[in-house]
Formats: sequence, structure tokens, C-alpha cells
Amino acid sequence: MANRTIIELNNKIEQKTITPSQILQECSQEIDRAEDELNAFVTVLPKESLEAAKKSGKRAELGKRLSKLDGIPVGIKDVFCTKGIRTTASSKMLDDFIPIYDATVVKKITDAGAVMIGKNNCDAWAHGASTENSDYGVTKNPWDLSRVPGGSSGGSAAAVAAGECLFSIGSDTGGSIRQPAGFCGVVGLKPTYGRVSRYGLIAMGSSLDCVGPIAMTTEDVALILEVIAGHDEKDATSLNLPVPKYSDKLTKSIKGKKIGWVNEFYETGLNDEIIKALEAVREVYASLGADFIEIKLPHAKYSIPVYYLIQPAEVSSNLGRYDGIKYGHSAAKSENLIDHYFRSRDEGLGAEAKRRIMLGTFVLSAGYYDAYYKKAMQVRTLIKQDFEKAFESVDIILAPVAPTTAFKIGEKVDNPLQMYLADVFTAMVNLSGNPALSLPCAFDKQKLPIGMQLIGKHFEEETVLNFGHQYEKATEKVVWRNNKTVI
Amino acid sequence: MRKITKEQVEDLAKLARLGLTDAEKTSLAREMTVILEYSMLLDEVDTKGVQPTSQTTELKNIFRKDCKVISDIDINEKLQNAPVKEKSFIKVKKVLE
Repeated sequence: MANRTIIELNNKIEQKTITPSQILQECSQEIDRAEDELNAFVTVLPKESLEAAKKSGKRAELGKRLSKLDGIPVGIKDVFCTKGIRTTASSKMLDDFIPIYDATVVKKITDAGAVMIGKNNCDAWAHGASTENSDYGVTKNPWDLSRVPGGSSGGSAAAVAAGECLFSIGSDTGGSIRQPAGFCGVVGLKPTYGRVSRYGLIAMGSSLDCVGPIAMTTEDVALILEVIAGHDEKDATSLNLPVPKYSDKLTKSIKGKKIGWVNEFYETGLNDEIIKALEAVREVYASLGADFIEIKLPHAKYSIPVYYLIQPAEVSSNLGRYDGIKYGHSAAKSENLIDHYFRSRDEGLGAEAKRRIMLGTFVLSAGYYDAYYKKAMQVRTLIKQDFEKAFESVDIILAPVAPTTAFKIGEKVDNPLQMYLADVFTAMVNLSGNPALSLPCAFDKQKLPIGMQLIGKHFEEETVLNFGHQYEKATEKVVWRNNKTVI
Repeated sequence: MRKITKEQVEDLAKLARLGLTDAEKTSLAREMTVILEYSMLLDEVDTKGVQPTSQTTELKNIFRKDCKVISDIDINEKLQNAPVKEKSFIKVKKVLE
């Protein structure tokens, strides 16, 4: 199923040249063949998916398909609650946790007829940029098995790239959809904050968390977004705005549109091949008639320190609920109630979660709050204002996704700060709340995908997807599009 | 900035109700010092009079009707993930000694 798209398979189901069961079988074969090595899933659902595919096939026969996603195999990052199906957040803390309800996004996807094939691996609690923090083992990059797939939605991106499913639903707090999409050569969208409901998403940083799709093409992403976007009473921060028909707006001409280019992004620490790739993207857009305007985001360089103060603060609050009492890991032996909390949390949480809880507790504690947390929230305002100002003169901003291509497994595990710097081009967009798309634009000399990022105005996923699709159409015939994963 | 000490790590862990091994305390003191030192970059930004941001899409308070919410989930189902139960309650250790 690698390199096939939802659009293509949807047409074939409509024309009755393929059935949902046949599609599922092909994906399941990929899983059987690749999964031992790849480890992109925490849980695979052979029985449930077979059942769902059969039902979908019946609907197709009767001409009563629920949506274009009806019968399409989907992976769900294991941070979304799935009713009756184990949901671990890739942490031993939730090793045997069975949710009693579906996350809104899961409900929308399954109500649309998509076939849930499994729960994708990720960094535990979505903390990380490599999936190395998963308590269920690292996911490998399908382009080079000695490298990470990125993270935290690494299992989602790897599974899509390897053809184990056609799309996956991920979450993005500081780059967790876009960076793995970039590392694995697939397309990932972080919508505007609130565009997709967070209800049933195991919370990480509540003011930053966004839910979005990972798929093979921008067209597929547009289709999925149409299904999952929209207001939800159960998430007070979800946006009460109409959801455009994104897939109808992809072919609009971008002639005369203005693209923002930030020189500072290319000045420090960015790998040469990525710079060249982004310059080539610029030429493609110029040939489509778009104009480039140099813009400044003077506070963007502070996004990592701001992000790594605000996000741990929110993490420390959100992980407070894992106390060994209501659900999740509970210490077998403890002396009293307080001791029970200490032991359950010690045994259930991994090194990165502990680090973030500790950092968050520090920056929120009396005496340090103003100097760290409040300061970070103030600089967040300045970062957001930089974007607002930039968008007065441009329609979209072109940026790298990450400073490098996929790095080696183990390369950054002993240096948390190095790992955090992988988020340098993505976290700023979570701080400002804007939508951003990550899509492949080249391969480097080591045959690893290079991603590009398109950042749009608040609520304008439409523009971001339009620009992404136009780029894909213009580069349809480039040689690297025929590259194959090694698995 | 002064260094984060092992004692400080212990105090914070108490606030967070987080059990840590001795080795974890030592490495956390080191790592937190490095990360917080890096965050000192923010000192060069003038934030005088700048409002803090915690919500990016300009939402104001969202209220729902103050009424009884009826859940369609059965009590036993709600308790199915609780480690220790008694009848329809979650059982905890003594709160007041």
C-alpha cells in the first residue's frame, strides 16, 4: 500500500474494482511483513479491523458509503482514547488502561467509515522528537532502519510511509506531527489551535496541543481535515467556526500570492542540503507566479526556551492526575496514601516525563513563577505578534521543518537539550497557534527525506493546503517521488 | 543563575509527589541546570508592559448551562480501570492518620 492515496482507493471502491477487505488485507500483509522491524504500532487490531472492513464493503455494495474515508485503513496515535481498546500513551503507566469512551476525533473518523487498524507508537505521553522515549520500544525510520522516524508521532508517520495504513491521526504540541512527517517523507498538518477537538486526547500541554492528520498527499490531508475539524461542546477551546470544504479549494491559482521568507532561518545551524532544498522550493513557487517577500520574526529564536518553560509547566499539571488511584499503574506496596502516590508515579513514569514534571514544578513554584513562567508567557505574546505583523504583508510563510534530516537512533538520548532543539522551527507555531503543513520537498545524499513547512494565518488551513497541493502538482514528475522505503 | 542542587530536586519531587532514585536525583539536578541556564536567553528580551499569552485564538470564557449532566456511562464501567474498588467506590488508603 506504500505510495497509494486515499483519493485513488476511494475511486476504486466507488468503481467496485477493489473492496475495503482487499485494501485491509494488503495493509495487514505490510504489517505482518514489516512490523517486527519497524515497530510503528503498540496495538494492532486484526479482528476489529476485519469486522469494520466487512461492514464497509457492505455499504459500498449498497451504494451507501458514509464518506470518502469509508473503508480506508487508519492508524491512531496511542494518545487518543479508543473505547474498549487499550490506550497506553506509550507509557507503562497506562499499560492496561481501557478507555470507556472514544476521543471525538476517533468517533468522527470511525463514524465516517474509516477502518481502525491499530494504535500507533509514539514517545511516551508524546514527550519527544524521536519515539525513543516510548516504553514499547523505538519505531524505526522506514527509509533507514538505523535512524529515528522523528516524534512524537513517529509510529504514525512511519506506518503511513511504509504503507501499513493510508493515514494516521496524530497530535502536535511542539512539532510532533510535522517533524516525523518530515523525517519519513509524508504529509502532516498541524491545524490552527482548536480547529480539531482535543476531547479524549491524553493531554500534554493544553494551550499547545493540536490534533491533525498524517497522510501521503496534501489532497488526502484536506479530505481528512474536512471530517475531523469542527466545534465540539466537549472541548471548550475548540473553534466555533464553519469548516470549509478544503478539498475543493486546492486547485486555486497562487499567482500573485505572497510568500514570506525568513533569512535568519538559514543563517545558523541548518544543514546545507536543507538550505538548497528550500531554495529549490522557492524556485518552484516563483515559477507558479508567487512572489517572495523577506520578513522578520525577531522573537522566533526564543521559541525553544519559551516552549521548554511553558510546555513542562502544563505537563506537570496534566500528569498530576496519574496518582495510582483512579486508573493507571498502581504500586503493589506502599506504606500510606502519600507514599502510594510517590511509588506509583516513580514506577509508572519514565525519565523524560519525570524531567518535565520536575521542570514544570520548578517554573511554577513560588519565587520562580515570574522569572520563568510569566516571562515565557510574555515572550510568547511577542512571538505571536511577530507572526501577526508578518501576515500583514504575506499570505503564507515558507520554513524548514527541522534543522536536520532523520538522526541516528541513540544519537541524542543522553542530551535532552539537543533533543529539544529538534523543535526549533516547529514549536514557534504552537506558541502562536497558527496552522502549518509539513510536506516532503527533496531527499538528501543519504537518501533521507527533507521536509518543508508552510505556515498560514490563524484559521486559514485552506491557504496552507492550497499552497501544498500546488507544490505537489508542480513537482509531480521529479525523480525523488519514485524513491522507495527500505522496508 | 545558581545551580539546581540535589536538595532542591528533592524538595520539588516532594511537591510533585514523585518518587526518584538517587541516580535520578543527581542527573536531574545536572539536566535541569543546563535547561534552565539555556532559558536565561530570555533575559535579553524586554517584556516590560507585555501581557502574557496563554490562549492564542482570542477565545473568551466559554460557559455551559449550570445543570445536571447525565452520563450514559454506567458506574461499573466508570470504575473498570480503578486499581482497588469496593462496591461502587474507589478504595484509597487512609487520608487522615
